[in-house]
Amino acid sequence: MTNIYSSASEMADSLAKKEYSSVELTQQHLDRIADVDGKVSAFLHVDAEGALTQAAAVDAKRVRGEKLSPLAGVPLALKDILAQKGIPTTAGSKILEGWRPPYDSTVVTKLKEAGVVILGKTNMDEFAMGSSTENSAYGTTQNPWDLSRTPGGSSGGSAAAVAAFEAPLAIGTDTGGSIRQPAALTGIVGVKPTYGGVSRYGVVAYSSSLDQVGPFGRTVLDAALLHEVIAGHDERDSTSINAPIPQVVAAAKRLDVKGMKIGVIKELSGPGFQAGVSQRISESLELLVAAGAEIVEVSCPSFEFALAAYYLIAPSEASSNLARFDSMRYGLRVGDDGSKGAEEVMSITREAGFGKEVKRRIILGTYALSSGYYDAYYGSAQKVRTLVKQDFEKAFGQADVLVSPVTPTTAFKIGEKSEDPVAMYLSDIATIPVNMAGIGGMSLPVGLADEDGLPVGLQIMAPVMQDDRFYRVGGTLEAALLSKWGKPLLANIPELGGVA
Amino acid sequence: MTAISREDVAHLAKLARVEMTPVELDHMATELDHILSAVKRVQEVATQDIQPTSHPLAMTNIFRDDVVKPSLTNSEALSGAPAKIDGRFKVPQILGEE
Amino acid sequence: MTLDYLDYKAATEKYEPTLGLEVHVELNTKSKMFCSCATEFGAEPNTQTCPVCLGLPGALPVVNAKAIESSILIGLALNCSIAPYSRFARKNYFYPDMPKNFQTSQYDEPICVDGYLDVEVETDDGAKVFRVDIERVHMEEDTGKSLHVGGSTGRIHGAEYSLLDYNRAGIPLVEIVTRIVPGTGKYAPQVARAYVTELRDILRSLGVSDVKMEQGSLRCDANLSLAPIGSGELGTRSETKNVNSLRSVERAVSGEIERQANRLQAGERIVQETRHFLEESGQTRPGRSKEEAEDYRYFPEPDLVPITPDANWIEELRKRIPEKPSIRRKRLQTEWDCPDKEMTSLVNAELLDVVEETIELGAEPTRARTWWLGEISRLANEKEVLPTSLITTEFVAEIIALIVAGELTDKLARQVVEGVVNGEGSPKEVIEKRGLKVVSDDTALMLAIESAISAQPDTAERVRGGNIPAAGALIGAVMKATGGQADAAKVRELLLRHLGQGE
Ligand SMILES: [Mg+2]
Ligand SMILES: [Zn+2]
Repeated sequence: MTNIYSSASEMADSLAKKEYSSVELTQQHLDRIADVDGKVSAFLHVDAEGALTQAAAVDAKRVRGEKLSPLAGVPLALKDILAQKGIPTTAGSKILEGWRPPYDSTVVTKLKEAGVVILGKTNMDEFAMGSSTENSAYGTTQNPWDLSRTPGGSSGGSAAAVAAFEAPLAIGTDTGGSIRQPAALTGIVGVKPTYGGVSRYGVVAYSSSLDQVGPFGRTVLDAALLHEVIAGHDERDSTSINAPIPQVVAAAKRLDVKGMKIGVIKELSGPGFQAGVSQRISESLELLVAAGAEIVEVSCPSFEFALAAYYLIAPSEASSNLARFDSMRYGLRVGDDGSKGAEEVMSITREAGFGKEVKRRIILGTYALSSGYYDAYYGSAQKVRTLVKQDFEKAFGQADVLVSPVTPTTAFKIGEKSEDPVAMYLSDIATIPVNMAGIGGMSLPVGLADEDGLPVGLQIMAPVMQDDRFYRVGGTLEAALLSKWGKPLLANIPELGGVA
Repeated sequence: MTAISREDVAHLAKLARVEMTPVELDHMATELDHILSAVKRVQEVATQDIQPTSHPLAMTNIFRDDVVKPSLTNSEALSGAPAKIDGRFKVPQILGEE
Repeated sequence: MTLDYLDYKAATEKYEPTLGLEVHVELNTKSKMFCSCATEFGAEPNTQTCPVCLGLPGALPVVNAKAIESSILIGLALNCSIAPYSRFARKNYFYPDMPKNFQTSQYDEPICVDGYLDVEVETDDGAKVFRVDIERVHMEEDTGKSLHVGGSTGRIHGAEYSLLDYNRAGIPLVEIVTRIVPGTGKYAPQVARAYVTELRDILRSLGVSDVKMEQGSLRCDANLSLAPIGSGELGTRSETKNVNSLRSVERAVSGEIERQANRLQAGERIVQETRHFLEESGQTRPGRSKEEAEDYRYFPEPDLVPITPDANWIEELRKRIPEKPSIRRKRLQTEWDCPDKEMTSLVNAELLDVVEETIELGAEPTRARTWWLGEISRLANEKEVLPTSLITTEFVAEIIALIVAGELTDKLARQVVEGVVNGEGSPKEVIEKRGLKVVSDDTALMLAIESAISAQPDTAERVRGGNIPAAGALIGAVMKATGGQADAAKVRELLLRHLGQGE
């Protein structure tokens, strides 16, 4: 019997043993989406036909005895920022409404080649600009733990889909925390790989020097399996690292941290972090010590400035990346009544097609790059980036991995911060330094905060292309937590019902 | 003192090709002022002696061979076009420079 | 008070021009700068585009290695330093023919810097060399092409809508920017022309571009300002675009000198603006004013990594730099003892390479020049093809060798060339098939001479008596008897000797 509440690796095993078919598993997920997505609103587009066709193709190959990759036949939810040929791709923006790319992103190509079944496209903050999925032009996504709260963002739809058992796996992108923060807020595993570890080709760009694609799963092993499917060098992405993929699946299965040094970042703890969050983090560290790891404290003094630098660098790059949405070649066109010139139509379309936060960041980025202000803003932000990198280098000289909470608080109420951009920006304070330095990081669910019963995420960070380290630590801690809890964290989801 | 005026925002909106109403301009000026006062903190530590980092990777010389590969077909290229004629993208009249 | 119109002479007696030139060259790579689309000219609209050059969401650029190599070659040929570290930057501005609304270009970190090119200009005091300093050589990408429909056809103003073809978008361009050229005085137009000519020849010799100004693969923008002579000031400059021939470069500069001088003379100021050169009138007309300068918001292109060319690679490329075309021309002219006019013809007809090759294959220089410039060019003209497409240098050299050996007359050789051009085979095969061999066998000729003498004994007697011109009738008879295949000079020599008149 199919079981949508099992992990992706368990599903993969059952498929391999022909206990059920991919078509059955896919159909059951489509049914689940039909049942619960009305409440969660994780999906923007469900491609039932395409998914079932893909599933049937995998089943046929399996019947023929062809060699299949480990995740063949397992369903997945795709963030709507990745181009998929012929499938609507909006990046959460009205300006791309109805656009169907004539090409596949490299990640989609790899997923298809691995036989991973793509169920559909998930909701997100418009152009990945946001931390709550409230900035989507297509409505907000709800957190399956509490439908009045946000699932985080910008990959909120992907995270919510996995937490709500609509898909065992999902793809997100992380520019300043957009995978790790929603993973933390929905109680699942989310990974931002090393920059350059996964191809960005076909990923609608927000901030090119920060964006990275990564996996969501309900377990560390699931994330690792998906990570290995999507990672690797791509000659179509000049910033793709040409080196072997870190062995993250093996690391996730290792379940041993003896002798590892775990660095706690002083600046990302204490006041400013919700008590229930800090508490779960400290308990996790105790479990790691019990498993044989050593805890050291490290200091990263420039992290204090990372948030400010991020909110200059990302909008600057975005102001340029989003210039292409001008109504000439694709997407929305407004105001072309025959009397207006191209320039005017561009301006009217961009006004109508972009949401408030996107416009805010475009204007901010335009300002930071403009002549006379470049050095003071963009230039200074780049210098902070150097300092952040140096802090990490020093810290990794003292520890194998670094840890911190993923977010200062658990999931916040929908609408709570949407009128105060600076308050919203603060939810990324702990995740942003990782993007600035181009290293990788994981968000691991480590329990529920006492005060609100909502999930807490531990962030585990490793040096460039040493992603296996956080899988090793994450897998070990996950096992320790599971034996402590006796059941997976997601079994505590009060809403939606039906958790076996 | 505000760091950014409504006229500044109007100029930026023009550069960025985003039409804005006077009300929006005022609103955006206030918000940007708020954001800028937060982000200008970067100037506190960005001293002369620090090299800027514009990219996280230290890679160089990533090239491809000069080899032709298939392009999109004309209909694929135009598949998203809001308007088209004779295999070309149809756009409103282009004013300004010839 | 009325002001007299200043003509060019008067203008340059009063004002000192300051010249600066920007040349854009389309490289002749097979694929585009940042994607693998073909660059071939003349394809159906929007059939050489892909997600990258259409600027589709998510697409990413990858640099064409050949474009980097060509850029370095250009830099080396222009005596530049090759930057050990250079980067692409984004130049942000909106224009419908530019898919991403930013041009991937180079800004403060170009690939080549600080070079120069010496050009020779004929002055009142003879030939004079002007050094044009090159500030930078950088890489960028071309835009798409727009077609304006409605209103006055082809023009933007009054167009109802525009149609875009992005086949040219992303074609690699190299921009070569000079520093201001001081001290040209009234020769500014000639210096400008000589510079673009020399540059074009160098680019052609490097094989990096088709350098066809009329097709736009080489485009020149001329910046010009005037200041009163001796003022030591620098005036406001204008930038003239769309200059599509070498002659136009010269005309655009002289026209702009005259226009600016008369404005200044009238007490008006020069507006910093882009002007367009009008081919028909030789005038320029204003384009977009740069008073409100665009703010391009350059920043390092985050989708590309820096270029750090290996020193060994640069040295390898340096070895591939050919002799400077102007020096080579002088050397060949001396070696071939070629008159100026003929040299100019060879250069203009782009026949220098084949003539040199033909001579290297053993052909005598004068003959090599004459055959390529004469008969072969004539046939090529007739057929509307390039002379080089008609016949190989090997065959031309072979034919010339046969002429020198007396085995072909010029007249016969023309028939051989015609046969080769018509695809009848090699010169030997044509001679064989058409039976064109010169009768040079003395015995056969002597028989013909003797029968001519016996047919016209009186004439022979007159020649014996010293009336050399009378030999013409006998020679004619011999030529007729041999079907024109005898070498007339040889016949004459043998005949006169036979009649006791040989030297
Ligand atoms: Mg340029
Ligand atoms: Zn292309």
